[in-house]
Amino acid sequence: MKDLKATDFIAKITISTIAMIGIFILIFILFFLAKEGIPILKSTTLKDLLFGLYWYPTYSPPEFGMLPLIAGSLAVTLLSSLIALPISILVSLFLSEVCPKTLRNILKPTLEILGFLPSVVLGFLGMVIIAPWLQNSFDLLTGLNLFNASILLGLLIIPITGSLADDAISSVPTDIRAAAFALGATREETISKVVLPAALPGILQACLLGMMRGVGETMVVLMAAGGAAIIPESLFDPVRPLTSTIAAEMGETPVGSPHYHALFFAGLLLLLMTLILNLTAIWIEKRWRWQWR
Amino acid sequence: MALNARKFKDRLLTYVLWSSMILVIIVLLSILVFIVTQGIGAISIEFLTQPPRNSMTEGGILTPLIGTLQLIIVSMMFSLPVGVCTAIYLVEYAKEDIYTTTLRLAIRSLAGIPSVVYGLFGLSFFCILLRFKPSLLSAGLTLGCLALPLIVGAAETALQAVPQSLRDAAYALGATKWQTISKVVIPAALPSVLTGAILSVGRVAGETAPIMFTGAAFFTPGIAKSLFDEVMALPFHVYVLATAGTFIDKTRPLQYGAILVLMALVLGITLIGVIMRAKLSRRDYLM
Repeated sequence: MKDLKATDFIAKITISTIAMIGIFILIFILFFLAKEGIPILKSTTLKDLLFGLYWYPTYSPPEFGMLPLIAGSLAVTLLSSLIALPISILVSLFLSEVCPKTLRNILKPTLEILGFLPSVVLGFLGMVIIAPWLQNSFDLLTGLNLFNASILLGLLIIPITGSLADDAISSVPTDIRAAAFALGATREETISKVVLPAALPGILQACLLGMMRGVGETMVVLMAAGGAAIIPESLFDPVRPLTSTIAAEMGETPVGSPHYHALFFAGLLLLLMTLILNLTAIWIEKRWRWQWR
Repeated sequence: MALNARKFKDRLLTYVLWSSMILVIIVLLSILVFIVTQGIGAISIEFLTQPPRNSMTEGGILTPLIGTLQLIIVSMMFSLPVGVCTAIYLVEYAKEDIYTTTLRLAIRSLAGIPSVVYGLFGLSFFCILLRFKPSLLSAGLTLGCLALPLIVGAAETALQAVPQSLRDAAYALGATKWQTISKVVIPAALPSVLTGAILSVGRVAGETAPIMFTGAAFFTPGIAKSLFDEVMALPFHVYVLATAGTFIDKTRPLQYGAILVLMALVLGITLIGVIMRAKLSRRDYLM
């Protein structure tokens, strides 16, 4: 009996301790990014870092202006969201409101599986299919650009946001749809005036999580966005977002150099961007999402 | 509004919804079909069982394929036990206090961190601070951290799905809390937990960014024999072949072959996970 109690106690302590590892990993990630990223402020000022127009980390003297990289990240995220989010919402509405049940049982898992498509595969398709096509049909210098990467990112976002938004819309109870139909509303009126408003927080959350994936995606932009550190002025300008800058340059950077610290600072910026999106999504869930019984 | 106009809008929306879904499925499936048709020609027994040769312009993909499997094993050795324990804590032990809220928030935040940031963390923590160097161990642990929130989420759902009545029955027989958890709850939840693990393996197998500077090698002459060797990994191999090869155009068949194998591996694992989950969701715990 005593043994049982002791085992019970040991098990509880062990499991509680192991459960803390998750918190530690998060703290470590924040700590190490800050520890390796902040020292760049010794070589340059925060203002030059965030608003400097020139990213020439290997010149002497080097320039660490991250504005083009930040603009690149924002541009691909916004453009891909613009392409993918409306389609995602239409797809989720289709799955939850229109699709026959048997078809849904096939389509929903299919969509989910396609969300697992490795991003390096999409990046490759951007290089071998979309780039030559863009180059020929729009007579461009290079097909590897903002537009190319945004299309591919959109393809990555659609399964994620579509699936999450479908969860949100499907959790709206059938009762209130039935009530709308009973009042003589058409399906279009039921969707636009009853279902959509009720599911709006969940849909918004799905969109934010999709955008979060877009900001943080690396391989697609590394392979298909062109990699020029300029502030894009047209859809067909090549861009170099924060993620691909880190991925492309980290390998050849000596540990402890200003360039190394600058790349960690870029990681810190990325981390902040995704954390803000993530926390907003969590806040929406806590504050707005209806708890259906 | 006139009835006809309302009916028209209704029909229009239906068409729009159908066509958007069809468009998405066609685009995504045509990607699959394209890669299968382009890559199938390169697939042969030799391709799967030979290491790359002649500065990667000939030979197969054995080394990167084995490397990816090794990375999966290392990452799961870390993330599976830690993830399951975290989920057990959250479902069975946690009180609604500030610590639990923090833990939940931490796991949610981890799930949103970009994979390349995990790579930076792995580089500074595992490779440099813990002196693991770029190696199978560093890369595997970095992937493990990335998989942790996925496993916690899946295991939490699995444990919550075990009916309270099972626990009550165990307690009524005089079982302690740990006996209840280890002999009743975990066995009942195990299949769903494993399903979640399989899905996160699908995610881990396709990741490139976290391992680029924590242990994935451009080329290694053989398979990694210790945890401290660098490994070749299939996704990174695809990236290297496509962007840094010596004769990029000449090695296109190799590239499509490697991509097909990567895609088959990742989507195959995911498909198994999804099918298992669908079967499990129909199972009745109280049968």
